[in-house]
Amino acid sequence: METSVEVIARLSGAVKRYGALTALDGMDLMLHRGELLALLGPNGAGKSTAISLLLGLVHADAGRVELFGRHPQEIDARRRIGVMLQSAALPGTLRVSELLRLTMSYYPTPRSLEESAQLAGITDLLSRRYVALSGGQQRRVQFALALCGRPELLFLDEPTVGMDIDARQKLWVAIRRLVAEGCAVVLTTHYLEEAEALAQRVVVLGKGRVLSEGSVDALRSRVAMTRIRCVSDLDAAALMRWPHVAHAERDGVHIHVHTDAPENVLRRLLDADPALSELEVRRAGLAEAFTELTREDVPEKEVA
Amino acid sequence: MSAITIASPASGMSLRGVFGAYAAEARSECLRYLRSPGFLLPVTLFPTMFYVLFGIVMNRNADAATARYLLASYSVFGVMSPGLFGFGVSLAMERENGLLTLKRALPMPPGAYLLGKMLMAMLAAGVVIVLLLALAVGFAHVQVSAMQALALLATGMFGVLPFCALGMLVGALVKGQGAPGVINIIYLPMSFLSGLWIPLSMLPTVLQRIAPVWPSAHLHLIALQALGVRHTGIGLHGAVLLAYTAVFFLLAARRLRRLG
Repeated sequence: METSVEVIARLSGAVKRYGALTALDGMDLMLHRGELLALLGPNGAGKSTAISLLLGLVHADAGRVELFGRHPQEIDARRRIGVMLQSAALPGTLRVSELLRLTMSYYPTPRSLEESAQLAGITDLLSRRYVALSGGQQRRVQFALALCGRPELLFLDEPTVGMDIDARQKLWVAIRRLVAEGCAVVLTTHYLEEAEALAQRVVVLGKGRVLSEGSVDALRSRVAMTRIRCVSDLDAAALMRWPHVAHAERDGVHIHVHTDAPENVLRRLLDADPALSELEVRRAGLAEAFTELTREDVPEKEVA
Repeated sequence: MSAITIASPASGMSLRGVFGAYAAEARSECLRYLRSPGFLLPVTLFPTMFYVLFGIVMNRNADAATARYLLASYSVFGVMSPGLFGFGVSLAMERENGLLTLKRALPMPPGAYLLGKMLMAMLAAGVVIVLLLALAVGFAHVQVSAMQALALLATGMFGVLPFCALGMLVGALVKGQGAPGVINIIYLPMSFLSGLWIPLSMLPTVLQRIAPVWPSAHLHLIALQALGVRHTGIGLHGAVLLAYTAVFFLLAARRLRRLG
């Protein structure tokens, strides 16, 4: 199915060096129409550089960069995108409505002021000066500026940093609504639960390359482990010899078991210890998968 | 609304739309600075204060010709400030705080940002000239005809442009907090060397000889002509200033395109 989806932006073999540091080391990345793609990776993995290339802010040393089939520095390509950067000090003396009107003026068919404000949940802030807003409110205004041009592709670089849980979830709702309307979104984030909640496709970067690419479920299944924790006096060393048990250890009264076949192991555990209590079964999340992926990467890449 | 019917969705933008973006950018740029007196007041009041102290108070017994000469000198000193500081410092700050990066990522028409700053600098230069004229007529009893006043105003508002371009070049080379210092190192010595504080004829011969290197020396001659102090034509000096503007602007634009 993926082959039939229109590609709206791509990096092909993109290389970017800053002096001796190679930020992107031949990266291939495709963005499809209408999808929400999360770009994950530890600091220095190349997320910001990849975004900067796609926005035309920096030139690639090698490889190709395309935005709607054009070079991203062509203004007609950028008229189809919306942008929310990690840090941008907007002019504080301007009112929110003035900032919105200014940004709307850059686009051929912008949303109305009311619609943009309502989508970003800033209707009550329109007459306030930007400098007088809290950090979280400023982020919401930046989000409104990103969506006001009715973009087909939205770049959100760490959008929820500095937001409280309530504001974050409101932003998630707004992002889902934009995606439902057919807007593609590229999201970089440090919060894995954010990627888990929103993304259809996750790309994990490390050392300037793509380490893994796929759906959230596919990424999670790369770490096909389930964690079992319970209070029991079974012997951890004996448990290690059971089939499908990858790891077992004792921690005080608790036993921790890692397994790729939780149903089998659980049945046997409950049989073996009728007094077993405080049972917890947890599937490995994106966080575990992410840690696994980026850790695997370290030894082989550090040689290079 | 009518712009929507002209523009084809999601690709080109109508001419009217592009013009609207330029107008919106210029309006925002002016509004934001008019609302932050902390930036605008020093830029306009610093040269005004200099004129009051050194042009009026220290020259109380000056004859009419000298008083007029001083007005021309301090007018040039005055319009350099909004050009160099207004343009250079704000550009250097916005390169550092990420605003320029965001604007470059957004589909802002190229040039709208610079045009907005330029208009703001011209406006500030106009304010400086009006302030100086008021002080000159009110306190130093300088005789200025309406035509001369208008000519001086025009000289100031257009004469700010080479200094905008120079400020832009500094702002493109130096980021953030370093810019005001660098600009002062250019602003104050250049003013002195162009004879804005002490007439060129009273400076050492070497300095008189190299004076034509400084754009402010050329603007000084134009300002003197505007006030009827000299009558030898301004064509050459205007051309030199235009050339300076073009060169500074092109160098700065090239640097900005490469680095952002």
